[in-house]
Amino acid sequence: MPWTKVYIDKNELKDTLAREGLRGLSYRDALKEAQEQLLRDDESVFLLGEGVDDSGGIFGSTLGLWKEFGKDRVMDIPIAENGLTGVAIGAAIAGMKPVFIHMRMDFLPMCMDQIINHAAKWHYMTGGRVNVPLVIRSIIGRGWGSAAQHSQALHALFMHIPGLKIVVPSTPYDAKGLLIASVRDGNPVMFIEHRWVYDYIGYVPEETYTVPIGKGIVRRPGKDVTIVAISLMVYEAIKAAKTLEKMDIDVEIIDPRTLNPLDEELIIESVKKTGRLVIADVSCKTGGAGAEIACRVAESAFDYLKAPVKRVNFPDTPTPCSPSLEDAYYPDAETLVESVKGLF
Amino acid sequence: MTDDKGIIKEADPAVLHNLLRTMVLIRIFEEKIIEVYPMQDMKTPVHLYIGEEAVAAGVCAHLKKEDYVFTTHRSHGHCLAKGSDPEMLYAEFYGRISGCSKGKGGSMHPVDPENGILGTTAIVGGGIPIAVGTALASRMKKDGRISVTFFGDGASEEGTFHESLNFAALKQLPVVFICENNFSATTSPLSQRQPHENIAKKAGGYGIPGITVDGNNVLDVYDAAKAAVQRARQGKGPTLIECKTYRWKGHVGPDCDHEKGCRPMEDLNKWMKRCPVEMYKDLIINKGLITETDYMNLVKEIDAALDDSLKAAKQHPLPDTKELLKDVYYDKE
Ligand SMILES: Cc1ncc(C[n+]2csc(CCOP(=O)(O)OP(=O)(O)O)c2C)c(N)n1
Repeated sequence: MPWTKVYIDKNELKDTLAREGLRGLSYRDALKEAQEQLLRDDESVFLLGEGVDDSGGIFGSTLGLWKEFGKDRVMDIPIAENGLTGVAIGAAIAGMKPVFIHMRMDFLPMCMDQIINHAAKWHYMTGGRVNVPLVIRSIIGRGWGSAAQHSQALHALFMHIPGLKIVVPSTPYDAKGLLIASVRDGNPVMFIEHRWVYDYIGYVPEETYTVPIGKGIVRRPGKDVTIVAISLMVYEAIKAAKTLEKMDIDVEIIDPRTLNPLDEELIIESVKKTGRLVIADVSCKTGGAGAEIACRVAESAFDYLKAPVKRVNFPDTPTPCSPSLEDAYYPDAETLVESVKGLF
Repeated sequence: MTDDKGIIKEADPAVLHNLLRTMVLIRIFEEKIIEVYPMQDMKTPVHLYIGEEAVAAGVCAHLKKEDYVFTTHRSHGHCLAKGSDPEMLYAEFYGRISGCSKGKGGSMHPVDPENGILGTTAIVGGGIPIAVGTALASRMKKDGRISVTFFGDGASEEGTFHESLNFAALKQLPVVFICENNFSATTSPLSQRQPHENIAKKAGGYGIPGITVDGNNVLDVYDAAKAAVQRARQGKGPTLIECKTYRWKGHVGPDCDHEKGCRPMEDLNKWMKRCPVEMYKDLIINKGLITETDYMNLVKEIDAALDDSLKAAKQHPLPDTKELLKDVYYDKE
């Protein structure tokens, strides 16, 4: 199915879309279309963030939206992330549906108090009487010496906090569907994107649709080993699977799409079938999403494992600037291939 | 710039010469980055300071080597004005092991402890409280140092700015807050972010002096900083100085904003006519401090020296991948 398959080969994608008469859209434009439709369909929706209305438009994902919806609903803000998160929470509990956008995930630590102590707990603290329909979009950066404060992926920090939902869409289809689902969800949702998938194109329906939060997807069926690939790593996993295929290793790739709630069932079913698990993530290893996934598998499918669970991550260091160190820092398909080979 | 408010007569000629030298150094240092950047081997996001040189030069002229300075993502000018070695900075931007941060930080994270630069954060507003902290340490240790924190108009919107002013005022700490108000944060105009454009006024709420100066007039900056530094050294507490200025280049990278449809070219032209380097050079030539030839020679000398620094920096090796895992933790050994 074109909406679940991830294409590495651009021509193959083009041919498929043409053959089936489907529309291709970039991840960036899928996000933009989702927001455009949300703004049009629901007056309580508004976007806020540093630079949402400028000539860059959050790497193009909000570009020009202010022209149709005005600067009150596509609102540039002061450089004041924590306070403005509180403002967004306030607006949310009073009936609005704000989407707070950060160009880099690294700026979220500024908002930790409002996200963790307030947004995440509000519904529980109020005995379920007041909910917080707030979506926080943030983008993981990478490359060109972005260095320690402009390329962090912090989703695991948020996984530790009950009350937050966390989505990590990897494809244009999911970007649109999950964003619409997130805005309509009624809970605080951390919507986490990766800068490197912004140009990727995939099938995106024109109409409004949702992708359910909490449902993962099999990107490639296989029988020998399961790779749970998060965000950008989905693409590396697909490339790795192609290489491994030539070595007679049949890889099943699962894109969890949501980290909280996690589609545990899908992962466990897959591991029961393959008996082997590698988790590939776009962040540091210790205390990461992979640790949680591995543990859940150990809790529920230990007897099915034929080999130790492996993780493919960044090393446990801040991101370096120098190109020689950056190259060494980021794992890719090759790293995955090596990791998988080690299980046989 | 014609009126020097009598500063020239009063000041040490060496200091006056140095103001020009520092500004020229910063200008040419960055012009060289613009030259080499298209070769795509300086892989670090560069936030250029061109147009704002008078602020760093005018403030740092009062600082001792051991005084602390905190800069931002827009770091080059402050480091150079504080005495950092251009070669070590260029090497850092090229990601070389010999760079000031061993290639781990790049342009947004220079460090130079010998010159009072204990590290640089690119998180907007992140450095302000840290400068208050070094000032607190100086007070506790009675070491006589003062701390200066440079930051933009955008940073004055962060909670850290307000929390820092409050605490520094409460404890009367030896710190000077220098706000470089260039009227924009990335592409967002000040008017879209703050209710009025007088950032210095915010000091009043904390009971400390808040002074606004023409940030393109190096003597204005110099004069205001002199009083603020004195206050800090005498234990009379912090000062906020707002320097109104303009960045000529885009927020990041070597292009100009009008090329990307952001700020209009007319603004840039207007401010370029008030070039801090040119204005000051003309003034001191006028006052007979230097001649046009002296100036040409100064430019030539600095240009040649920076050429050497850049060339040398590029020759240095990249870090070995073993470096990747080092420095995460401090190790007593
Ligand atoms: C906490 C935080 N939020 C957002 C950013 C992205 N960002 C980098 S520089 C900048 C604008 C800063 O403006 P200002 O403080 O006026 O300094 P200038 O760049 O004008 O020198 C922004 C929003 C950041 N680095 N840190």
